[in-house]
Amino acid sequence: MATYKLSVNNKPMTVTADADTPLLWVLRDHLNLVGTKFGCGVAACGACTVHLDGNAVRSCSVPVSSVATAKVTTIEGLSAKGDHPVQKAWSDMDVAQCGYCQSGQIMAAAALLKRMPNPTDADIDNNITNICRCGTQTRIRQAIHFSS
Amino acid sequence: MEAVSRRSFLKITSIAAGSSLMLGFDMFNTAEAAGLDAVFAPNAYVTIDSKGLITLMAPNPEIGQGIKTALPMILAEELNVKWDSVYVEMAPLDPKYGSQTAGGSGAIRSRFKPIREAGATARVMLTTAAAQQWNVKEEECHAEDGYIIHKPSGKKASYGELVAKAAALPVPTNVTLKDPKDFKIIGTRIHNVDNQKIITGQPLYGIDTRREGMLFALVSRPPAFGKVYKSFDATETLKVTGVKNVVAAGGVVAVLATSTWAAKKGRDVLKVTWDDASPLENSLDHETAFTKMVNERTANPSRNDGDIDKALASGGKILEATYSVPNLSHANMEPINFFADVKDGKAELYGPTQVPSAMRSSVARALNIAPENVTIGMPRQGGGFGRKLRPDNGVEAALISQAAKAPVQLMWTREDDIQGDYYRPASMTKYKAVISSDNKLIGWHANSVVLTSGGALMPRGFPAAAIPNFRLDAQNLKSNIPTGPWRGPTANAAAFGDESFLDEIAVEMKKDPVALRLELLDLAKNQPVGQAGYDIDKFKSAIDLVVEMSKWGKNPQKNVYQGFAAYYSFSTYVAQVAEVTMVGNVPRVSKVYCAVNCGRVVNLSGAENQVQGAIVDGLSHALFSKITFDKGAAVQTNFHTYKFLKMADAPLDVVVQFVKTDEPPTGLGEPGLPPIAPAVANAIFAATGKRVRKMPFDLTTKSKDNA
Repeated sequence: MATYKLSVNNKPMTVTADADTPLLWVLRDHLNLVGTKFGCGVAACGACTVHLDGNAVRSCSVPVSSVATAKVTTIEGLSAKGDHPVQKAWSDMDVAQCGYCQSGQIMAAAALLKRMPNPTDADIDNNITNICRCGTQTRIRQAIHFSS
Repeated sequence: MEAVSRRSFLKITSIAAGSSLMLGFDMFNTAEAAGLDAVFAPNAYVTIDSKGLITLMAPNPEIGQGIKTALPMILAEELNVKWDSVYVEMAPLDPKYGSQTAGGSGAIRSRFKPIREAGATARVMLTTAAAQQWNVKEEECHAEDGYIIHKPSGKKASYGELVAKAAALPVPTNVTLKDPKDFKIIGTRIHNVDNQKIITGQPLYGIDTRREGMLFALVSRPPAFGKVYKSFDATETLKVTGVKNVVAAGGVVAVLATSTWAAKKGRDVLKVTWDDASPLENSLDHETAFTKMVNERTANPSRNDGDIDKALASGGKILEATYSVPNLSHANMEPINFFADVKDGKAELYGPTQVPSAMRSSVARALNIAPENVTIGMPRQGGGFGRKLRPDNGVEAALISQAAKAPVQLMWTREDDIQGDYYRPASMTKYKAVISSDNKLIGWHANSVVLTSGGALMPRGFPAAAIPNFRLDAQNLKSNIPTGPWRGPTANAAAFGDESFLDEIAVEMKKDPVALRLELLDLAKNQPVGQAGYDIDKFKSAIDLVVEMSKWGKNPQKNVYQGFAAYYSFSTYVAQVAEVTMVGNVPRVSKVYCAVNCGRVVNLSGAENQVQGAIVDGLSHALFSKITFDKGAAVQTNFHTYKFLKMADAPLDVVVQFVKTDEPPTGLGEPGLPPIAPAVANAIFAATGKRVRKMPFDLTTKSKDNA
């Protein structure tokens, strides 16, 4: 066990956890930020996507000990009022079905749009590799274009 | 604050009233006795308080099918309120709501009329209350956007103002429903009521449950089908920081800890001994058995029109093809979990289930307590797809809570989920068709073998009734691999074989595949052989629409190849045209057109989303997914081996249209899925000349190596 000082959604947080604890479980079980979802635990589905210094990472495979001073942004902190352009597009276009994977999808899309404000379909293909069992990919693509 | 007082009120009245219909009068008195504001609740679905807060209860579990939005829309329509003025709340499990199941694409089908009646009852009572208050004729009053209006005098009162009076009225038994031409909400696009919570990551799902003193439970369960629990040694596990307890319950061993990660580390070092209870099977043996059995007829065919042997011996052209599908896991994005707190002879359960009522009785049975002592809370669920039609997750959580004497959040890892599922059964079907010398389809024989349980043929489905000699033989291969319902059970396998084989027949007959189906439908209508379990005109309405949408047969695009399939399931007719574009030698599904006849559409946005999603979901499994078994264990363990489609292989567009009809709504969560695999397989044939007769298609696709 060690103590880690983290910056989560622009707030300082202190966590006592094993060094190998994935950031996902620190967020969910220690900090009660449950918007970041557990999907696979092996970085294969993207449900747990958060931003580290603005870049999308799969938090199930990021040990808390490696976060250091990087700023962690979760779905709860993406915008103050849930009005980030990507969030708005997701709502306006009713992207979600079950909705479980969508916080990860939104975080992945927001990070992509920061790097590429006007992504092509090929850019989306190459960069959005999250899984959605409900099959909302068509609307995800449209919502990304809509918010770009 | 209003919501809190209303909730406490409902709690009081549900105890006080306890009947199948919460009568307004009793409730009003109870509310007064409790010192609360007047509340009008003519039935279990609608509550209006004196401040005008209108609460509509969503009675069925929300698993992503949009029911939490669609059912209250039906209520709001008959109640004549503005959609943005109502508050939607998930109902608890209670017999007063009737069947609260999410399965068989049945919620809207079964509830459309009763929920309309519930809304209309409230509207009529509010109208009566206003008429009495103003001492005017009821016929001169009408309800509009949350007000009762008396046109002759210009009087107007909000529903909230009429609550006390309406609550004292007797509940009418025979109310007139609105004329559908006056619908303002049904048929429009209404946003998912949970959108804002979803996009901001609010706790919505069972897996998000956090309670005082709660422990996270990870479970060690048999490593293969055929093995059973014998004993455990938790020496090392109990040394892990955060691990509080290890218990054996219900044939599994649970590690309870203060965090998921501690429970996982504890489970990693847990030593469990398993006994062999039955043979450890493997998929290669299943396939060998399938290959043999598809040639063996059954004593009792599931359909047997005319004489197939005579047709086969008639000298006509015989076509033969064998289609097969693999086992599939449900792999809901939210891994299996459940919260349980069992103490003092009572159990509180909260978590994902499609069958809350069966969950209650199963938990009660497992704990040996009365069902009245079990409560089931229903969070939003991260998928269903049939996985939660069995209550194993809640029962497991309850038994662990009982044994550990603690509130527990049961958590399955993805590996637990994929390897401990009950699966869409693998199946193989051998088809034979006979084409006469005058180019008529005179014989059809399908012989299917399905692993463990379930089917792969639809005895009353198309093209049954259209072919004079028609025989189906259905068998199951006995196995200890558990199989069960998976989105579009039976249909998801039957459509692939039937609709692909029909395409093969059309090519052999040198007929357009759509034209062949229309001819067969005419035969089924005009000269039916036995009974057709489908409506020919509705079937044709979907086919005609998709032909128009896709410009079928007049496709002008270069390097774009179309494939057609249509299928009837869950009372809904779906016709699809898949377009495949060749990227080098790789066929990519670029666009899908889909026409649906599902009766009246309730939520256009949700309905379209269901069908688009079913198509992408069906395509994903057709291209990538399979579960195989080796020594009794699923070989695939997580999403790197149990693969799903990613954006790169999703169609760029899925265009969905609904046949305009005044018929009542039919199923929609499942019917969009079955036709996509054959539509794509037929498009691949159009593009490459090669038949794909086995799922997954095993093409070289973009995202295949993208995991």
